[in-house]
Amino acid sequence: MTMARTALRRTLGVAATAALAVGLAACSSGPSGSTGGGSADDLDAALEAGGKLTYWSWTPSAEAQVAAFEKEYPNVDVELVNAGTNTEEYTKLQNAIKAGSGAPDVVQIEYYAMPQFALSDSLVDLSQYGLDELEDDYSASTWGSVNIDGKLVGLPQDSGPMALFYNKSVFDQFGIAVPTTWDEYVEAARQLHAADPTKYITSDTGDAGFATSMIWQAGGRPFEIDGTDITVNLADEGTQKWAGVWNQLVEEGLLSTTAGWSDEWYKGLADGSIATLVTGAWMPGVLESSVADAAGDWAVAPMPTYDGTPVTAENGGGGQSVTKQSKNPALAAAFLRWLNNDPASIEVFLESGGFPATTADLEDPDFVGLESEYFGGQKINEVLTQASKDVASGWSYLPYQVYANSIFGDTVGQSYVNKSDLNEGLAEWQRQLVEYGNEQGFTVSE
Amino acid sequence: MTTTSVEIPPTAAAAATAAPPRRIRPRGRSEWKGLAFVTPFLVVFLLVFIAPVAYSIYLSLFREQLIGGNAFVGLQNYLDLAVDPQFWDGLARVALFLVVQVPVMLALALVAALAIDSARLHATGFFRIVIFLPYAVPAVVAVLMWGFIYGDTFGLAANFNDLLGSEVITPLAREWILVSIGNIVTWEFVGYNMLIFYSALRTIPTELYEAAELDGAGPMRVITGIKLPALRGAIVIATIFSIIGSFQLFNEPNILRTLAPNVITTFFTPNMYAYNLSFAGQQYNASATVAIVMGVITAVIAYVVQLRGSRKDER
Repeated sequence: MTMARTALRRTLGVAATAALAVGLAACSSGPSGSTGGGSADDLDAALEAGGKLTYWSWTPSAEAQVAAFEKEYPNVDVELVNAGTNTEEYTKLQNAIKAGSGAPDVVQIEYYAMPQFALSDSLVDLSQYGLDELEDDYSASTWGSVNIDGKLVGLPQDSGPMALFYNKSVFDQFGIAVPTTWDEYVEAARQLHAADPTKYITSDTGDAGFATSMIWQAGGRPFEIDGTDITVNLADEGTQKWAGVWNQLVEEGLLSTTAGWSDEWYKGLADGSIATLVTGAWMPGVLESSVADAAGDWAVAPMPTYDGTPVTAENGGGGQSVTKQSKNPALAAAFLRWLNNDPASIEVFLESGGFPATTADLEDPDFVGLESEYFGGQKINEVLTQASKDVASGWSYLPYQVYANSIFGDTVGQSYVNKSDLNEGLAEWQRQLVEYGNEQGFTVSE
Repeated sequence: MTTTSVEIPPTAAAAATAAPPRRIRPRGRSEWKGLAFVTPFLVVFLLVFIAPVAYSIYLSLFREQLIGGNAFVGLQNYLDLAVDPQFWDGLARVALFLVVQVPVMLALALVAALAIDSARLHATGFFRIVIFLPYAVPAVVAVLMWGFIYGDTFGLAANFNDLLGSEVITPLAREWILVSIGNIVTWEFVGYNMLIFYSALRTIPTELYEAAELDGAGPMRVITGIKLPALRGAIVIATIFSIIGSFQLFNEPNILRTLAPNVITTFFTPNMYAYNLSFAGQQYNASATVAIVMGVITAVIAYVVQLRGSRKDER
């Protein structure tokens, strides 16, 4: 515990945290595509002239995509840098923006973090290069996520429309019907845990990304952003609707307390003690690679609803943006257009197990009709592509959502630990979000 | 002999006449030379020690907002920190950790050192290495390993629970988490502290033991009369290191956080609070303030311990 030793260990600690976070990387990756158009002349000219670009990404497909791009456009030299996974990369990007130099030309940003960088005016409005004409190529919800305050601040790469992933063998074993509404879901949770106390309907220790997606689906719109004027209301009707359902699971101890993405969590998914996951469409890739033992056990169903009307939300997913620090924004935009719109690039992305944001692929019969071996031959993309069409509109994240998510455990998480009313935790989260926002120069009202 | 004695005076005289100017000139030269020797150290010292501290103090006097830019706020960050419940919560936790874990760890290290030094054990080299080994394990690896042991669903804790048919062992629950972290830290650093004590014991002259034996002192009397007084300096040093380590507690809780995300909050220890303020909240100024305040608190406590320790030495 000497000072030097502690300092060294602190560095290692950060590295390890980063390593653990890699598990979350799967939440977002890859590109999608169809044809570009519009006033793309200067982009084509930039590709012709060539130059050097830096691209920050942690997606598994990035390396192959960059290689394919450089082969097609030999004049362009793209340097791929893995600057860390999600929050780690955002910290570096934030630092580079603050320092005024060091940011890459093109950077991967998840949807929930995009408002933070858009609002600080750090990202290029891509509509000046005519990329706004690509709107029809992308699903409505992902396109909405990259349009912030009337500016196109990125191009969507992947998407995470939510669905119910369930361990079919567990449901069959106990004769429990697959829930279609949240009331049925809670009932299934009770039945399952009563039949076998080691089994839980799902694991949830309080995850901000999950909670906000669930509120999104329930019709809650707790964050309203108008420039620097923000309204935070985590007690609106939709939020209370979700809290009402989820409270039953929390207070009755029907949720596994195994932390997501931990080693125990993967084991729980494999042995049936965590029977379902309500999560984004990128999950099959994670199951196949990290829960290989359970091949054949899992199946996909539409996300349960409150009243039977199909409605879903996005969970995870992200895209790429061009930074204002880029010395060659036209070339950067051209690379980005290829990355997230060119069929050649999107093919690489799909091969890496990503779930696309592009309508052409979401409607491609080959993609939709693909029988997944892991899921016992189920055509899972039928469910998942339908989910992407049912995403509710009108959702926005806070311009400081990265910070907001980081204090979720301090506030709402305490309700999970105490098995008490989530609304109390949500009220505390709201209080801290309002305080932080006002400290940071926003005008936040409740 | 005479020749030599005759030859000396002239030499001495020459030396005497030459001495005064030589004495002045070399002094000036040696000062420059000395500075040249010290400069590399000074540069590194200024760069890696003074500059960061100065920059942190500078940062702590400003407040930068996501909207609205940077502004000088004087001591406002310090005043805000003084009434920040999250900061005090973390500080109280490491203080509690300090007063419980450090004595336990140092007592264990002391017993181990005395046992190995007692010459009554076989294979002392083996024990020394085995006790020291955890210190050689990178903290991150150690904590991940303990995380598996603590896991109450699939870990060793779960196996015990299955065996006992209950769920009494929950190392990652809120009531036990600090004990669990203390256990890891103790495991990691007992060997290190033992080595400090052991090396201090090895410096005791064997004559003292012989004298004690002649005076008829038993092993316990030797410990209280010779070994413990000789260890006083080492104990003070180990205590100071441990105090610094406790106040800097970061790795263990930060890594266990992935397993117990709600139990370990973002402000669990002051260091974690500073880390999350800057890296999650972009509140670099508040973070720098925490760092400066913690530095001062640690220095004051370490100084008091040292003062008390050396006073005892004088007695």
